[in-house]
Amino acid sequence: MKRVVVNEKWCLGCHLCEYNCAFSNSGERSMVKALKGRDIFPRIRVEDGGNITFAVSCRHCDDPICVKSCISGALSKVDGVVAIDKSKCVGCYTCILVCPYGAITNGPDGAVQKCELCLSTTSGTPACVAGCPNRALTLESE
Amino acid sequence: MESRRNYVIIGGGPAAVSCAEGIRSVDADGGITLISAEARPAYYRPMISYYLEKRSDPERIAYRPESFYAENGVRVVYDRAAAIDPDKKSVALSSGDAVAYDELCVAAGSSPFVPPMEGLENVEKRFGFMTLGDALALEAAINEESRVLIVGAGLIGLKCAEGICERVGSVTVCDLAPRVLSSILDDGAAKLMEETLASHGIKFLLGDTVARFEPNAAHMKSGALVDFDVLVLAVGVRANVSLVRDIGGDVGRGIRVDAAMRTTVPHIYAAGDCAEMADVNGVGRVMAILPNAALGGRCAGVNMAGGESVFDTAAPMNAIGFFGRHALTAGSYEGDVREDSGDGWLRRFYIKDGFLCGFMLIGDENAGAGIGARAYDRAGIYTSLIRNRIPLDTLDFESLLRLPSVGRFSPEYRRLKMAAWKN
Repeated sequence: MKRVVVNEKWCLGCHLCEYNCAFSNSGERSMVKALKGRDIFPRIRVEDGGNITFAVSCRHCDDPICVKSCISGALSKVDGVVAIDKSKCVGCYTCILVCPYGAITNGPDGAVQKCELCLSTTSGTPACVAGCPNRALTLESE
Repeated sequence: MESRRNYVIIGGGPAAVSCAEGIRSVDADGGITLISAEARPAYYRPMISYYLEKRSDPERIAYRPESFYAENGVRVVYDRAAAIDPDKKSVALSSGDAVAYDELCVAAGSSPFVPPMEGLENVEKRFGFMTLGDALALEAAINEESRVLIVGAGLIGLKCAEGICERVGSVTVCDLAPRVLSSILDDGAAKLMEETLASHGIKFLLGDTVARFEPNAAHMKSGALVDFDVLVLAVGVRANVSLVRDIGGDVGRGIRVDAAMRTTVPHIYAAGDCAEMADVNGVGRVMAILPNAALGGRCAGVNMAGGESVFDTAAPMNAIGFFGRHALTAGSYEGDVREDSGDGWLRRFYIKDGFLCGFMLIGDENAGAGIGARAYDRAGIYTSLIRNRIPLDTLDFESLLRLPSVGRFSPEYRRLKMAAWKN
């Protein structure tokens, strides 16, 4: 099992992970083309905890309530990763209603979206982790 | 060593399948027999309206892959359970056969409730909207000129209306209640949903009911006359409790179970839409929604096989949308109200005794990235306050009301929840 883990002591709250995430999942080759002047839909979000900041993305839970709740079978757990089949998602938002981390959001195309650890992106490794300037984000395996 | 156990599950939907999975997570060898009155493998029932909308098809909506039953050693019997004999520990089937059990789970679902209505028997094209079979039959009966009358403006009736409205001549929905979705929304919230449906040509007769049917017309109590070609009955559903009631088990609106999903009859469990259990606030309810079926079914299965599982986080929860306008609701609507609203959106929270009790969030994804679309964003953070009974004085609730964020929880809770964090 893998997930992106943040060390909140080192998170600077710079939001770069959000941009790297949106770029990595855009399918575009150029970051400018992917992001400039567009509404972006990152799957990781920097949150403010008062005197600290930290990034939140899918926890790939052991017993994911989003998968249990999905009414279309679009969400499933495959090899330890909670994955979404966008061709099955009907955008009912039950998963948004149940995810305790707020890690599933509506996307630009009617289907919901979430962190899939960049497994299907060109980078093949989480772009948020690769681009974190203070090494606050790491990919950890259980 | 104990001999091989026989598990019997009455029902063939998500609760039944999840029960089988729960059993297998503990007992790899026991015999599992699943008795399903609906003669097809489990499917995602809420998808039938999307099928009519041509956004899905019967193959895509399978709840588990075709190989699931064989791989998990689940024997499937397509038959109706007629009676339970708790002394002999056996289930009699309509076909005359009987199946013996050591542990039994009743996951028999619910059935449409059709109140007596004068002349209903003379309506030729009338349908329910509960099963894929219903949806296929309805599809065969409609054409692009059909005038469809739907009785019932609840979740089922309205999803049916959305599913067919582009494929028929007209859709009229009537309901005795003065508003749509009366079980989950109040007047103001319901109005927002009704507006969207009406803007797509769906007509409403609310606070009105059918007094008398002719074969192709409904005389309403108000005096209105509605001509129709096809009738859909979506008045309500009732939990299938009779199998357990008939043997003296405790039933209310559903088959009453404890947090281990046990009924009051030894060796008999119940889960899914037929079960009644305490919600997180301790109120007994039938919570006929998919998450509770999956979670309760699995819990029952684990316990049947001798494992230990508790399901005590059930809460009413609904996410329903029409044409891009969504209502996300959870919990119960009691206590002090905090509300914020604007053009096409609404956020309402109910707070009682220092806990969040329930909420209604309505937004519209067609509103772009503005507040309209954000009204329900990350709603699960609020749901977790309800399901986990988190005291509001342990977190920054005022900030949380404005914007759902894991950052507003106490550091202890946050770290516990995000267990993999290192600090």
